[in-house]
Amino acid sequence: MKPLTEIGQLAEHYDLAVVGAGPAGLSAAARASELGLSVLLVDENPAPGGQIYRSITTTPVSDRAVLGQDYWRGLDIVARLKRSATAYAARCTVWSIAPEVESDGASFEIGLSLDGRARLISARQVVLATGAQERPFPIPGWTLPGVMTAGAAQIALKSSAIVPKGRTVIAGCGPLLYLLAGQLAAAGAEIVAVLDTTPPRNWRAALTALPDFLRSPYLAKGLKLMAKARRSLRFVGGVTSLAVEGSGRLSAVRFERGGTSQSIACDTLLLHQGVIPSVNLSNAAGCAHDFDPVQHCWVPQLDDWFASSVPGIAIAGDGAGIGGAESAALRGEIAALDTARRLGRITMQERDNHAAPVRAALGRTLRGRRFLDLLYKPAAQFLAPTVDDTIICRCEEVTAGQVRDAAKRLGVTGPNQMKAFLRCGMGPCQGRLCGPTVVELIAETRGTSPAEVGYYRLRPPVKPVTLAELASLPQSEAAVKAVVR
Amino acid sequence: MSAERRSADVIVIGGGIHGCSTALHCALRGLSVILIEKDHAGRHASGVNAGGVRQLARHVAEIPLSNTSMAIWHGIAELVDDDCGFTSDGQVLVAENEADLAGCRARVEDLNLRGFHHEEMIDARELREIVPAVSETCPGGVISRRDGAAIPLRATQAFKRKAAERGATIREGVKVTKVERDGANWRVVTDGGDFLSPRIVNAAGAWADRIAADLGEPVPLEVIAPMLMITAPMPAFIKPVVILRGRKLSFKQFGNGTVLIGGGYLGRAIRDENRTILDWGKLATNAKTVWDLFPIMRGAPILRAWAGIEARMPDDLPCFGPSARHDGVYHQFGFSAHGFQLGPGAGAVMAEIIATGHSNVPIDGLDIARFTASTAH
Amino acid sequence: MFRPMSDAKSAAALSFSFDGRPLIGRDGDTVAASLLANGVTVCRETPVSGAPRAPYCLMGVCFECLVVIDGVGNRQGCMVPLRDGMAIETQHGRRQPEEIQG
Repeated sequence: MKPLTEIGQLAEHYDLAVVGAGPAGLSAAARASELGLSVLLVDENPAPGGQIYRSITTTPVSDRAVLGQDYWRGLDIVARLKRSATAYAARCTVWSIAPEVESDGASFEIGLSLDGRARLISARQVVLATGAQERPFPIPGWTLPGVMTAGAAQIALKSSAIVPKGRTVIAGCGPLLYLLAGQLAAAGAEIVAVLDTTPPRNWRAALTALPDFLRSPYLAKGLKLMAKARRSLRFVGGVTSLAVEGSGRLSAVRFERGGTSQSIACDTLLLHQGVIPSVNLSNAAGCAHDFDPVQHCWVPQLDDWFASSVPGIAIAGDGAGIGGAESAALRGEIAALDTARRLGRITMQERDNHAAPVRAALGRTLRGRRFLDLLYKPAAQFLAPTVDDTIICRCEEVTAGQVRDAAKRLGVTGPNQMKAFLRCGMGPCQGRLCGPTVVELIAETRGTSPAEVGYYRLRPPVKPVTLAELASLPQSEAAVKAVVR
Repeated sequence: MSAERRSADVIVIGGGIHGCSTALHCALRGLSVILIEKDHAGRHASGVNAGGVRQLARHVAEIPLSNTSMAIWHGIAELVDDDCGFTSDGQVLVAENEADLAGCRARVEDLNLRGFHHEEMIDARELREIVPAVSETCPGGVISRRDGAAIPLRATQAFKRKAAERGATIREGVKVTKVERDGANWRVVTDGGDFLSPRIVNAAGAWADRIAADLGEPVPLEVIAPMLMITAPMPAFIKPVVILRGRKLSFKQFGNGTVLIGGGYLGRAIRDENRTILDWGKLATNAKTVWDLFPIMRGAPILRAWAGIEARMPDDLPCFGPSARHDGVYHQFGFSAHGFQLGPGAGAVMAEIIATGHSNVPIDGLDIARFTASTAH
Repeated sequence: MFRPMSDAKSAAALSFSFDGRPLIGRDGDTVAASLLANGVTVCRETPVSGAPRAPYCLMGVCFECLVVIDGVGNRQGCMVPLRDGMAIETQHGRRQPEEIQG
């Protein structure tokens, strides 16, 4: 592995550019490099691992048991990358991918930034492994200081060995909820309640497929630690509504269950209702996406080799559809094999032979996924807030009621038009925290489905680029002549 | 108004600001209208431009239309029940040196002689009051005080909505494939069936050359993709005027602090895929110009860059007015990246021409014949 | 808001300031984590309404952790590693036209 710390160290061309150094990206880069391709691996974080293996090479958490066995498996994946000849640029963002002018799509122009400097390079093939993000969880008051995502608490733990101070409530649904409660308790946080919003009727769909890790030794240990600490802890199931109370800052969380309403005073509220693919880069690069009704989120259109609708761009890992860390690594391998085949490094037969055992393993890791998806599909009121003055676009402070009103009264049929009326999606997050909610609200108001409503048309730069960085790019000769009056 | 309607007094092809404005104004005159749009109203140039409502620096041939339009902009809410986000803080052209300034002065004098007074000279003092960050060497400039900006998609859709309310049939997601003569009518063939009318308006923007070609009036239309960038909110450092700097920069800080940067740099358009591809090298030049002029902007994050699909004519003037070959055919396209402000007025004038056969608003120099007269047919 | 785990591995201490207040951080932490570990609860006011905000996702997705670092605004605190001597400030949202520099 060749670490790149300055933008000038990147070559002009690579066979393959891999975006994202989580399990999928690490595996894709390593495999492609092992097959003889010149590979650039780019990741915005200071060290490899993505989110699931965040800070795996640098974590200050000294007790391995806190983070659990699954986490430490990431070290092997990183070690393989390090043995390969991949060029690896950490703290580097990719803000644009487009087919190159001269080549008619046979290669891609990639805009990147590292340490305040921007550069355009080219790659013949691209694997996007940008992973997933938390599904937005808009509840009244969620923008108040003191409210964060469960993932944020995990990142704080893994990267900095810090835990929330004071009384912490975790709310939402999904496997991560319980995992995090255990991890934080093991790390010494005071968890006063876990509020579960899994709709009880979902259990019918998945009763026979309780996820293993709910019975894992790790979680049992975490629960033991919680009991040992003799803190007050409540597990509350069947929660049907949540709201943050406080003025200027979180002071309590109010919830409803079984028709009664209660309030729990707390200092930190961690929200989580599953993860969804991060689609901004794939969308802006021109890849087509569909709405997956089982995972209830937008996923890119992919073939069996994870090739997207843009020839030359493949998408691996949770960004291709939620499948978890183990499946991510395997999908990265498969995408890399097909990339090598496209570039003529291996034959189709060789590709298929290499892929066969990987596909078998992939099938095993994805088994049971569907039941998780069905079990943890959020209830409608958490996808499209019923309280109209709930902010749904945090950047531009647009409320659910405003979106409903525009969809009904002005006949706005989709999120792209909604932008022009309400500005939702025009802030710096580029719709990452509001897009899914805007789509749900329009679908609900107009009696259609998210698939029919469509999603934002994302535009580059997909990651922030300053004016200064852009100004420092080489200017094209045609620039001066090409001005229109 | 029913979805079944297949014939009307007028068929308008294209749902940009021009098509929607013409549809509305025809409806206001009691004509039955069908507007046919292949995507949705404002999907292309009309919905993604800089929103400049500008009379400043226009070609003289466009000024009468521009004047008519500006009067409408200043009362837009009464016309379409939506203020369209229109604000009027003026637009300023900065002269970089004395030679520039002399050129500006000559232009303003020429306009005055022609009876146009919307452009005024401003001196260095007033320039620096409006644009404090401008270089000390700029000796002054030109201001058009009634100019401003609006929200393009919102304005386009407001015209569409009002037209529908006044009886126009709006068919979106319907693509015109061919236009041909059918007795006394024009048959507009689409992927959603045929439509008939004795009068058609070709307001098809970057696709209008195909309609014109069907009609035996081929024109040298170029499909262009002008690019824009918008920043994160910045501390307010200039008043919300639009600033032009020769041919290299247009620049505006909105009330919410975001800064819109343009300059007429072109990306690539693939018009049959509704797709544009940005040219970062040119955006870098655009950014460098801002970087030179406004140091406070250097750390500003660019949140989004985009390009629209627009039609440019070789002389940067639209084709506007009756067909050179056929009765009942009207052209309203080719606005060459500066048609947004003209939309409201052009629609009013077009409707007048359709309904009465003429208009008092001069449109000399904008006829399609200037391209087709010399072609053999 | 956050506190270190009792048995966290040690790292070099870094000096920095927040709105002029001198604070201590850990080498290897991001600006956002350092602020949270030091009990900072609000890092910016929104440009739309001036509402107080704090880091939300810590992974570069939410853009809530925008702060001014060494005079440059709109920096995502969760994406910037803490360096010794950094001057970090609350990013105040909406500026009024009176603040136009003459």
